[in-house]
Amino acid sequence: MKKEMYAFVVPCSARPLVFDESRCVGCNRCAEVCQVDILIPNPEKGRPPVVLYPGECYYCGSCVMACRQEGAIRLQHPLMNQAKFVPVRHAADAGEEKPLPAEKRRG
Amino acid sequence: MNLYKWPYKNEFGEEEIVQSDVLVLGGGLAGCYAAIAAARRGKSVVLVEKGATERSGSAGSGFDHWESACTNPCSQVTAQEIAEAYVNEQDGYSNGIGHYIECQEGYDRLLDMESFGGKIRDTEGEFKGAEFRDDETGLMFAYDYKNRFTLRVWGSTFKPALYRELKRLKVRIYDRTEATALMTETVNGRKRGTGATGMNVRTGKFLIFQAKETVLAMSRPARVWLFNPDLTGLCEFRPMQSIGSGHAMGYRSGVAFTMMEKSVKAEFSSAGRSFPPYGTGNNHNTWYAATMVDARGVEIPYVNRDGEELKTVSERYYPAPGQKFFLKGGVIDEPKYEYRGPETLPFDELMRRGYQLPFYADLSRMPEMERKVIWGVMVGEEGKTKIPILKNYTERGFDPQKHMLQSYGNGWQSASFLPQERQLFGAPGGILTDWDLRTNLEGVYAAGDQLYAADCCGFACATGYYAGRKAAQASEHAAFGEIDRAFCEREKQRLYAPVQREDGMSWKELNMAIAKAMQNYCGGVKCEDLLKEGLDLLLHYQNDAVPQLCAANPHELMRTHEVLDILTVSIMILQACLMRKSSSAPLCFERSDYPQMDPPENDHFITISLDDAGNVVRGDVPMGFFGDLKTEYERHNQDYINGEPDRVDRG
Repeated sequence: MKKEMYAFVVPCSARPLVFDESRCVGCNRCAEVCQVDILIPNPEKGRPPVVLYPGECYYCGSCVMACRQEGAIRLQHPLMNQAKFVPVRHAADAGEEKPLPAEKRRG
Repeated sequence: MNLYKWPYKNEFGEEEIVQSDVLVLGGGLAGCYAAIAAARRGKSVVLVEKGATERSGSAGSGFDHWESACTNPCSQVTAQEIAEAYVNEQDGYSNGIGHYIECQEGYDRLLDMESFGGKIRDTEGEFKGAEFRDDETGLMFAYDYKNRFTLRVWGSTFKPALYRELKRLKVRIYDRTEATALMTETVNGRKRGTGATGMNVRTGKFLIFQAKETVLAMSRPARVWLFNPDLTGLCEFRPMQSIGSGHAMGYRSGVAFTMMEKSVKAEFSSAGRSFPPYGTGNNHNTWYAATMVDARGVEIPYVNRDGEELKTVSERYYPAPGQKFFLKGGVIDEPKYEYRGPETLPFDELMRRGYQLPFYADLSRMPEMERKVIWGVMVGEEGKTKIPILKNYTERGFDPQKHMLQSYGNGWQSASFLPQERQLFGAPGGILTDWDLRTNLEGVYAAGDQLYAADCCGFACATGYYAGRKAAQASEHAAFGEIDRAFCEREKQRLYAPVQREDGMSWKELNMAIAKAMQNYCGGVKCEDLLKEGLDLLLHYQNDAVPQLCAANPHELMRTHEVLDILTVSIMILQACLMRKSSSAPLCFERSDYPQMDPPENDHFITISLDDAGNVVRGDVPMGFFGDLKTEYERHNQDYINGEPDRVDRG
């Protein structure tokens, strides 16, 4: 039972966490608070933790909330989950007739 | 470099024995409050949490609204009214005990939270003058502005505050430790809990938690039907590691469950079918009552329960003429007429009237305070929204005054699932308890999402505290049981087996197989033969696949243990489905061989448990077994009503 243990990075289709090496001081606060324990401290002190299991991230943001170095860690949803938004649009702008006697409001 | 030396100590084979009066399994909201209640009574308390208590559990990163705080100073409803409404709303398949506790004691827990440093009111006056704010107390309300029993709260401050309080009370916290099995002993023919076993998920150390009383406060099951081996963390609504281990270990030890036949068509799985919760335009829950528009920018009307179109935003937050109050939030999906609140027109009606997809949430059309509270407090304080939604969308350029956020599909889930893609959601099954929240095993209590038909953070906090104080009281008359060495050795072997194999099957392969089996054999429409085939297949997995499982380090081993628990729960679900020989609307349970809906002879709770020989035992419990809620609550809680005289620590 006392054999040497290893861990591989298990890649996935997304990249939930991106570290900014110039800002991260390697304090490992994010690794300590991560509920799914997907990070391990970097073997090189002072460098960002290693994301061993990116596919297990559930995108809660606790790591970013715990980080004391603004901008050192970025959490991002997979591209397919980045919802679309557009400038506000009003029926009158498009010259459309309203289907209902709904009240007309602007702004 | 992709290969790393395991950075933590190797403690496989090492053992630690930990004693406490009260042992709490699970460090989410329910578990934290259970521990606090027991510690306030001067008991020694141990809390076991697989993640890190500071942010663990379903509400770890936050939550935005606290339901049923009926005793807050602005409330226009009583605990009895709302608790009974929840029971009626679910046709009796509801946790009357838990709901009454939530309605009666929830606000006390909020005041506790404030004393720990959590933010429960608008202390800075940011929303001064808003219709939803009481300017005397600074409390802010959601949904029903007339009756004021659901509070908007700053839930992202809650778990760190609880964590500090646990440390102040000297609760011994075992983070990064999974609870794996309940320990029991049988004395004079009565089985009682004596604690639990666990494993450190970073080092592999085996732990024996010996306790006079144990509180199960872990999650509801997940990853039963839904699994994605690529984006595993996104395949369910709740946190990746919250998969129902408490249910599994309870079931293995003889704890009785009910409503385990209930599952609903999935609502969230953002590994594919849906978007991240609250991250798309919608008008439910966190986003209630956002203004919705169609593709052309035509506003979608809100109507009251009588179909009358509402003219103003404000009207969306008030009961209909002649209606005392309405219900919204967590488990409330399509409520009965009696409790139905304002809602946008049904999708089919919108299509008929010529509204065009896609729809959007357009907060720019709302009064400033309503816009700011949805985008900034609700989205922001709700779990998983502060960083990945509020912060990231803002950085991407989203401005709620200038942009509208798209909806997907045709419902608030922004998703479209198949009938066989199911989840334990909307008040699912769990542990049945008495009025002390004690299970059928002496010395074992349950709280939060481990209770059947549980819902909402207020429910978790209130039932957690309640279970903790009942357990603390019981511990005064209890002694430590004997440690069953043979049981511990068997458990250790079970836990360590996968890490002792050099080669074999990964946890993902088994989880994927279970999910596919559950979709095939326990989908939208069920029948005897299909369920039995499913059970046969899962038992085959248990006998033939489990012995092949392999893990390289404690982390992988933890994931492997989770899948073993998912397998146990899946088997329990199939067995529970086989027991109910009729269909049921409130249980979302359809059987092709027993199509009759809720026949009177079956209209009650069916319980499921294992006896000591491992046989499945059915029980039948009448609807309304909990009695008159107010009367029974008061009968069991005179001490609490009289100011908790047994409290030693008064903060």
